[in-house]
Amino acid sequence: MQCYFDNSATTKPLNSVVKAMVKALTENYGNPSSSHKIGDDAANLLESSRKSLAKALYCREDEIFFTSGGTESNNIAIFGAVEALKRKGKRIVTTSIEHPSVSKCIDRLSEQGYDVVKLPVDEYGAVKEEDLFPAITKDTILVSLAYVNSEVGSVQPIKAAAKAIKSANAPAMLHVDAVQAFGKIKVKPSLLGADLISVSAHKVHGPKGVGALYVKKGTRLVPYVLGGGHEGNIRSGTQGVPGIAGFSAAVDEIKEDEIKQNYEKVKLLKKKLLAELKDLDNLVENSGKESIPYILNISLIGLPSEVLKNYLSEHGVYVSTGSACSRGQRSVILTEMGLSNERIDSAIRISFSRFNTEKEVLYLAKMIKQANNTLRKVKL
Amino acid sequence: MKEIILIKYGELALKGLNRSTFEDILVKNLKRRLSNIMDFSITRSQSTMVIEPISKNPDMEAVKEVISKVFGIAGFSIAAACEKEIETIKKTAVKYLEDTLVSFKTFKVEAKRSDKKFPLKSPEICNELGGYILSKNHHLKVDVHNPDIVVTVEVRDNYAFIHGNQIKGAGGMPVGTSGRAVIMISGGIDSPVAAWTMAKRGLVLDAVHFASPPYTSARAEQKVLDLLSKVSEYSGKINTFIVPFTEIQERIKDDCPEELVTIIMRRMMMRTTEKIAKKQGCSAIITGESLGQVASQTLPSIACTDIVANIPIFRPLIGMDKNEIVAISRKIDTFDISIQPYEDCCTIFVPKHPKLRPTLDEVAEAEKALNIDELIGIAVKNTKFVIIDASVREN
Repeated sequence: MQCYFDNSATTKPLNSVVKAMVKALTENYGNPSSSHKIGDDAANLLESSRKSLAKALYCREDEIFFTSGGTESNNIAIFGAVEALKRKGKRIVTTSIEHPSVSKCIDRLSEQGYDVVKLPVDEYGAVKEEDLFPAITKDTILVSLAYVNSEVGSVQPIKAAAKAIKSANAPAMLHVDAVQAFGKIKVKPSLLGADLISVSAHKVHGPKGVGALYVKKGTRLVPYVLGGGHEGNIRSGTQGVPGIAGFSAAVDEIKEDEIKQNYEKVKLLKKKLLAELKDLDNLVENSGKESIPYILNISLIGLPSEVLKNYLSEHGVYVSTGSACSRGQRSVILTEMGLSNERIDSAIRISFSRFNTEKEVLYLAKMIKQANNTLRKVKL
Repeated sequence: MKEIILIKYGELALKGLNRSTFEDILVKNLKRRLSNIMDFSITRSQSTMVIEPISKNPDMEAVKEVISKVFGIAGFSIAAACEKEIETIKKTAVKYLEDTLVSFKTFKVEAKRSDKKFPLKSPEICNELGGYILSKNHHLKVDVHNPDIVVTVEVRDNYAFIHGNQIKGAGGMPVGTSGRAVIMISGGIDSPVAAWTMAKRGLVLDAVHFASPPYTSARAEQKVLDLLSKVSEYSGKINTFIVPFTEIQERIKDDCPEELVTIIMRRMMMRTTEKIAKKQGCSAIITGESLGQVASQTLPSIACTDIVANIPIFRPLIGMDKNEIVAISRKIDTFDISIQPYEDCCTIFVPKHPKLRPTLDEVAEAEKALNIDELIGIAVKNTKFVIIDASVREN
């Protein structure tokens, strides 16, 4: 039996995605910038894909810009926003648990002299609303938060950040890394108050190598990928039409009304799993009650993450280790949450997809119990 | 233009009456390694071998890469071969070295005349050729003391050979001239260096690796195979034995005192390796130990592991500092693989405070809790065999 519970790392592309991509590769192979029939066909496919994304993100088509993925969306958003607003202030507000594709961009800006505030998180990986308000001042030009954290599933108070920007009368753009949220919970710019939103295709059963950036109409970003001016000059380079077509096919299968149903379904799966594991007295939940059910981070104290992951992998069950085992490479996120080393070193992340079944969850639970019973524990 | 390869022996040249045996092995090694790149013939004269390609336009970069990793060779040159006539030599030299000379500022010419019937004496050849090179390369200057490049002309029986700077060979003794030994390889920095060092002394290598899934990952095992593959570019084929070690480690952890876990594990590894070594006809065991580096490499610990094997144990790194070992691992390109962060079996169940000076008596007493022969028997029986050989290129 093969059970894939590493859906926050990547997901299996849907059949409809593969089909759409093959079609784009074999039939619509033109360059969307070419003004002949073949080019027009590709351009049409590109624009209909943009329409799908716009629908899924509750926005206008001209607010969607295709990129090579979540990392590039984050880079373009952060550098582009700061460059555009650099005369209006020097302050950047983010959290201490961002994905490297955000935190490393901001570290670079910090080296360049920007005044960076990294907000702390509580023991479940969430920023406190009351910390946002004093941090966001009138010279703040960028606030960047992940909607859902990739390792523990914590949800950040995006709306509060938007309010804090308004009440400080800051020129800041609000950037939301929604890579782990998109498709799992509603990501609606107007409700969140976001100016920039990053999403990625391969986290929603689409292909790797494609993502998108939502840029609120009227927002100016200074481009840093320069070239032929594709994607509204925000991201130059001939669009990867096959990937984009695949992305759109994946997004088309996330119906608005199903997001809630899927959420409830996964919530039950998570509940089932925890119920099955309730007798393990060395089990600690690292994800909090407010985390989305799709991401469950747990520690089996005494079983190093790598060892448990290897054991499960041998038995056809795939999870991920939130942190590398080697010393000095502990997960930044779990460390920032203030967890003990023994919890960090035995943490694993189980990440669900809407396609996981109860049968798979029961098998996962069985294998975790088996590992816990047979493997030798160590003092971490 | 006809190109040949001139090979200068290393230490081999010092051998006496049995020299031809050593040469034969070197020739065999060269043939095996080069045969996928080109057809060629090898002739020997004095302390030089001449490899003459038969294939048209062989890939000389590949040839260079391969020969630089064959032990037993001090240095080699890729040379143009031409008619033994001074005008031809001059024209050939300038044309052949045209691209090479661009990147140098100073040069000198050296002439070796083993054909004493050649009308010009060595200094005259140097003068003629040096003047001609200068007239065609205005950016160059002659520097007889410290030239960037030495242009060498060797006038031999059938041809004159012309080449630039000699390329450094791997040195050492041809693999196969010293017998066969088994390396205990972990995945760290040291053991591949130890393996390479002993292959350099002419040993054929086998390898034993201990894997403890799931405590160690499949990637840790792959890492070891990658390391061996790098070593095999020098040593040739390595018969590799992956020993499943999980049960032994669990038994030790369950039944032996914590502070002796590492030393007992080392002894079990040594016993297992000896068993495989004898089965494979290996006459020695090689380890990457360096005195005092970790708890299992103190003198009392080494004494405890040494005694369980009745076979010579080579520890070529025993007197080396870590930075010296790292320098070699960088040179042989194993360093970047070694530092990948996958756990190997040596680091699991490591006690917080291992015994630094274990005595034989206490270790032997603690081991009574284990059914040593049975455990090792099972491990050897379930050992996986893989052949690693990056030295022969696939076509």
